Amino acid sequence: MFILFESLDRDNRGCLSPDDFEALGGLAMNPIGGRIMEAFFSSGQDTVDFSSFVRILAHFRPTDRNRNKEGAQQELPSSRTRKLKFAFQLYDMDRDGKISREELLQVLRAMLGLQVTEEQLQSIAERAIQEADLDKDDAISFDEFKKSLEKTDIDTKMSVSFLK
Amino acid sequence: MATLWRFTLFLCMLLMACGGLSLASKEAKTRSSQTETGTHNTTEEGGHGAGPITTLPIVTWKWDHISVQYLVALWVLVCWLCKLLIEANHNVTNYIPESALLICSGFILGGMIWGADKVQTFSLNPTVFFYFLLPQIILDSGYHMPNKLFFTNLGAILIHAVIGTCWNAASLGLSLWGCHMGGAMGDLDIGLLQYLLFGSLMAAVDPVAVLAVFDQVHVNEVLFIIVFGESLLNDGVTVVLFNVFDAFVSLGGGRINAAEIIKGIVSFFVVAFGGSLVGIAFGILISLLTRCTKNIQIIEPGFIFVMGYLSYLTAEMLSLSAILSTTFCGVLCQKYVRANMDESSVQTVKYAMKVFANGSETIIFVFLGISAIDKVIWVWNTGFILLTVFFVFVYRFIGVFFLQWILNRYRLVPVELMDMVIMSYGGLRGAVAYGLAVLLDEKKIKEKNLMICTTLIVVYFTVILQGITMKPLVMWLKVKRAAVAEVSLLEKITNKMFNHTLVAIEDISGQIGDNYFRSKWRHFEEKWMTPFLMKPSARKKQDDVFDVFHQLNLKDAMEYVTEGERRGSLEFVRNDSAILDFKKKLEITDMIGFLCSRDHIPSVSLEMHEQTMKAMREPEAVDVHHLLDQHLYKSRKQYRHGFSRSDFKINRDEKEVQEIFQRTMRNRLESFKSAKMGVSPPKTLVKYSKKEQQEKVKTKRGNKELDSIHSTDFEFSEGDSASGYDSSYPSFSMRATYRPGGGIENPAFMPDLYPTDLLQEIPPWLAEGEPDSSMVAPSLRAQANLPNSPMEMHRLGLLPASTRSTDTKQMNNDQLPPPPTPPPPPPPSGHM
Repeated sequence: MFILFESLDRDNRGCLSPDDFEALGGLAMNPIGGRIMEAFFSSGQDTVDFSSFVRILAHFRPTDRNRNKEGAQQELPSSRTRKLKFAFQLYDMDRDGKISREELLQVLRAMLGLQVTEEQLQSIAERAIQEADLDKDDAISFDEFKKSLEKTDIDTKMSVSFLK
Repeated sequence: MATLWRFTLFLCMLLMACGGLSLASKEAKTRSSQTETGTHNTTEEGGHGAGPITTLPIVTWKWDHISVQYLVALWVLVCWLCKLLIEANHNVTNYIPESALLICSGFILGGMIWGADKVQTFSLNPTVFFYFLLPQIILDSGYHMPNKLFFTNLGAILIHAVIGTCWNAASLGLSLWGCHMGGAMGDLDIGLLQYLLFGSLMAAVDPVAVLAVFDQVHVNEVLFIIVFGESLLNDGVTVVLFNVFDAFVSLGGGRINAAEIIKGIVSFFVVAFGGSLVGIAFGILISLLTRCTKNIQIIEPGFIFVMGYLSYLTAEMLSLSAILSTTFCGVLCQKYVRANMDESSVQTVKYAMKVFANGSETIIFVFLGISAIDKVIWVWNTGFILLTVFFVFVYRFIGVFFLQWILNRYRLVPVELMDMVIMSYGGLRGAVAYGLAVLLDEKKIKEKNLMICTTLIVVYFTVILQGITMKPLVMWLKVKRAAVAEVSLLEKITNKMFNHTLVAIEDISGQIGDNYFRSKWRHFEEKWMTPFLMKPSARKKQDDVFDVFHQLNLKDAMEYVTEGERRGSLEFVRNDSAILDFKKKLEITDMIGFLCSRDHIPSVSLEMHEQTMKAMREPEAVDVHHLLDQHLYKSRKQYRHGFSRSDFKINRDEKEVQEIFQRTMRNRLESFKSAKMGVSPPKTLVKYSKKEQQEKVKTKRGNKELDSIHSTDFEFSEGDSASGYDSSYPSFSMRATYRPGGGIENPAFMPDLYPTDLLQEIPPWLAEGEPDSSMVAPSLRAQANLPNSPMEMHRLGLLPASTRSTDTKQMNNDQLPPPPTPPPPPPPSGHM
């Protein structure tokens, strides 16, 4: 992992900056590349050091299903909740703990391409919030997010095999 | 009672069938005997009557003409009637899978025919099976295959299909041979090669049987797709093995050397890949074809079937794997066909395919039952049969467990132990094995009947016994079941986001994973395949999230209409709780409730219904989408105010209502012409309506307003409803027009009521002296005021009289007080 880190760290400062991420062409083509980058840089810092880098990547470890002890699961970075939290952060750019309609709209705009009109985007965002928003505050909190995704197999969808 | 009736009908059909069949067989016998004796008979010329005719026959019995067709049709009918009988009672089908019951009905039918004819005139003919009954089932499987799931698990599927089947075949053949050598089977004339041949035809898991049994047990999708995918793809192996060993048996043991074996292995690759390529080629052809069939939408669906069948036949012709070909044809073309064709064509294809596939499946199972009742094939050899059943069962378990254990090491999410048990248990043999057994050449294989017999017993064992016990086993082992397929928008969006995230992470970590290939494939597909195979107009609408949104909208619209049609008129009014569930979680009272409560003005509500229906008929039209968008959009907004009853409508309805409103206003105001009101009111009304449209105003008090005014006429009791009520102006007009013929004046008041500054929370009756200058109200009121002559007054008095006595009285009494005067609640002049 450290080798990977070093290979990314082009100016060898011991930590990663946004430019290093941008150097990866693939990220540029990724519609939410920017957001993922942001996720690495936690709250206002400019650089990512090795430990935080690893910590973020640890979110993507496949959930170890054999360890079914309830308590242990919660602490593991790769547990379902943590994965969900990470996903939530991808939406919630301003880190206020809620996905507002505007934030959702931004994500949609990024992911949905040009053929969808603004109005339709609005409607989609509207509808998505409607479905998930249980306390009717026009935003999706983390719990509502978790609830609406409870049927999804997060473990499969958010794991990268080589990180085992 | 109904079942009894059906049963008697069925019996009659059966008797007719038997009668016809025996007649047919007698005819056949007589005809054959006649040909043998060589008598030149007119019957040979197609059965145009028996012997020279002496007089003009008015009606003749022309059985020979159509015997074959008649029998075919009759049999299809009989099989489907069996299914009807079986499905009449769901209690039974919960425990015993339909396929088992169909086989049993086959037994009964076979017994009847046997009783009538003393010989089994009907059995599952391999030709009929392989060329007329199987293709549509495979095409249906391919077309409805969940592609993403399939390709994600393709590795596991292939390993199981290829290696698993080979293992099954080899182990079965060798063990049986070993037992034979060991003397467990007594005196049988079967050599090693024949055992291997038998093993190869026994090894294949059957897609028809798997579908039939797993259909009723909803296991989780990964498990299902692995078993089902395996059953489809193992045809490649089965065909190869069967042909290879068949050839070996013909060649004899002596001539088999390394060259032949190598050829065998090579033929596997050729058959498998060749078959897939044929399928892919036909898939591309279908997609291209549907791209151009815009003008013949009426027969568009037919192309899929014809081309699918051709792909099957072409592969068969080239001695490649026909099942693989059809499967891949379906798998490839599904996306493009669905995008290119008109929505109704897509539906047609979907349902027609289901009819064919299900129908064939029924026929296959019934005939599997019938075929058993044939004394000729019954050769009993306890050792052979029992050992076969045992080995088939055991080796399946061993094979699956072993392979899956290896595969689990490379899987992201390992397949659980219990899932593996079900996978092994789900290795059902079916009609394919039987068909292959019947195809055996009895000259080369002396014990063909024994093999047929054994095959049938194994098939019955797996389909009936394992089928019946599958569901209890699944529940007992607590195997993960299939999730209900309701996907919310948020899920869809998040899923997509996960995909992107994973790709990004892979990028960052510089490793190539699953997702890398997937995204590469997506790019390739988007860049090359889609432009080639998809209509340009369809391409624009390609987007997952959008698609889900669209589907959800469609679903809502349909619910909306069904609800509306289902509900009576007054039920809504009395019901304070939410009426229409757009989504299970949300409880939004719909406008339908509102509309329906206005049923006494059928024209309007029906028109609205019709509008919606029309809208439904063009689901692709972005107009509707837009319409729904706005509709949904607004209703959410309303709901957010925590209010269940909403006076809320679709945009189009607004316009429509306004039109009616204007019309009626105009009519009414014609009569005011003498009072010099002439043109202005309509104009102002128009202005009013335009204004309406521009302003999306909350009408909290407005509602209450209206209530007070129209309380007598509207069944709406809005005591509590005024709070948090978000409807827009149109509701006013709508209400007005909905009044039975008398709502004309109301619009007059409505403008009065029409609150420009509704945003302020001032109860209407308190907010005095705030008539909106742009409103119609003043004008009409003013006009009302204008006539000073008693005649005018009288006329005016007449107008309101029909509707609101209180109003008119007030009006008359007060000599039409100036609009701004706000009387206490009941009076209409509730200005703000």
